[in-house]
Amino acid sequence: MRDFVSNRARAIPPSGIRRFFDIAQTMEDVISLGVGEPDFVTPWCACEASIYSIEQGSTAYTSNKGTPRLRGAISRYLDGRFGVHYDADEEIIVTCGVSEAADIAIRAVVDPGDEVLVAEPCYVSYTPCVSLAGGAPVAVPCRAEDEFRLTADALAERITPRTKILIANFPNNPTGGVMQESDWHGIADLLVDHDILLISDEVYAELTYTGDHFSPAAIPELRERTITLNGFSKAFAMTGWRIGYLCAPPAITAAALKIHQYVALCAPVMGQVAAYEALRNGGAEKDAMVREYRVRRNLFVEGLNKLGLACHLPKGAFYAFPSVEGTGMTDTGFAEALLREQHVAVVPGSVLGPSGAGHLRCAYAVSRDDLKEALARISVFMESRK
Amino acid sequence: MDNKDLILLQLLEENCRTPVSDLAVMAELSEQDTKDRIRRLEEIQAIRRYAAVVDWERAGDGIVAAVIELKVSPERDFGYDRIADRIARFPQVRSLRLVTGAYDLQLLVTGSSMHEIARFVAEQVAPLDRIRETATHIIMKTYKENGITFSTRSEVERLPYSF
Repeated sequence: MRDFVSNRARAIPPSGIRRFFDIAQTMEDVISLGVGEPDFVTPWCACEASIYSIEQGSTAYTSNKGTPRLRGAISRYLDGRFGVHYDADEEIIVTCGVSEAADIAIRAVVDPGDEVLVAEPCYVSYTPCVSLAGGAPVAVPCRAEDEFRLTADALAERITPRTKILIANFPNNPTGGVMQESDWHGIADLLVDHDILLISDEVYAELTYTGDHFSPAAIPELRERTITLNGFSKAFAMTGWRIGYLCAPPAITAAALKIHQYVALCAPVMGQVAAYEALRNGGAEKDAMVREYRVRRNLFVEGLNKLGLACHLPKGAFYAFPSVEGTGMTDTGFAEALLREQHVAVVPGSVLGPSGAGHLRCAYAVSRDDLKEALARISVFMESRK
Repeated sequence: MDNKDLILLQLLEENCRTPVSDLAVMAELSEQDTKDRIRRLEEIQAIRRYAAVVDWERAGDGIVAAVIELKVSPERDFGYDRIADRIARFPQVRSLRLVTGAYDLQLLVTGSSMHEIARFVAEQVAPLDRIRETATHIIMKTYKENGITFSTRSEVERLPYSF
């Protein structure tokens, strides 16, 4: 029999944490800081609205783009919250999470041979999606000394005549780095000068602890060359509902919609109902969650620094990204030994791009008690290595 | 009262046994500032006292509780305050509120038996001047108290790793 697996699929590297996953599965008392999702339950108003809609028999397909009601609410939300205006009919597609939004955005604009700059370290899907679309991913490192912001210098160095797109995610998974308006201006100039499109994944926008999130599409010159991605998973603790959205100028939205209608048809209707309700009435619960993340961040980052794991204070998302440089271990070695010996799960930074090497991604989306217990175990681990 | 005070109050309301050192880190304050702020919040009685939320049903002491509604004729010059003060002095009265709607005062009363509560209402509360009507509702089960849900839900399974 032939090997039926395509070369394209074979070329996707296996997950960098499969091995860790298998080890963790054998343990009973793992404290996992490896999870990229909120530990909260979706605001009850959203669950209740969705349950009721199912009882009423609302279980069918929706418009490919998503229900007009939800698109309208998203349009008003983005305008009111971040000052970016997207037309609800022509410029917004509701997707199956931001993962799908990123995929169809990339496929809508990448041609074989195009170079796509990816601000690293970053979420694991961008690079494989670019490769699947035939593009050539090029990493642009964001460094600890810049508080993990993307700098115009780092970007300029990697622009070539074939560069077509920049993918950036701020607030950032895994570093917690954020970009303020002033940080974007130098980047915007480069994007305009070299005629580059920006794909901006802002799924952690609501989880910003110093000032408000800045959405780059709010810069007039970037509005026409930006695809804004966002979703409900992180802000409203709705990971399992799979609701994200893509916003872009009409021509790009129309192209992305052609792909979306064939791969997903539409996002799940029950998720769309919940998302609408979350936007309408979930604000107070969202704010309470953000307050709690901030409190946990303070507690955890202080603890890491005390243990000698140097960690900048992340200004967004729910990840701490400490350096293991002082320990003489690699990030992978540290993470594996910590899991085996102390049953604390963290993600080695190098899994999230070469520029993440030497760091650990620790999600503080767990209870304060668990964070304290994790710190205690890491302390024992560090002592044993002295 | 500023935003930091508010954060301290929220943290203390959630767990008043949180060490000051942790409170300081969490609220992004120095320890001394945290202590000063808490002392001031105590002084202005924004913090009334530090108490545990007890699930008496689970503690199994057999205490019975009832919500009692009172219709009251208000007094010239004093409104409901004087009568409320008289009622509040009974140790059986755990909480007391003036509310809008079909009745005026709402009490939470505890006792060792239904009979004891019934006697308290009949003999101590109902005969007070200006009480026009009483309605006693024995509490059968408490689902949530002070923001804390008493039922134990099963832990939601999460993957040990996700991106």
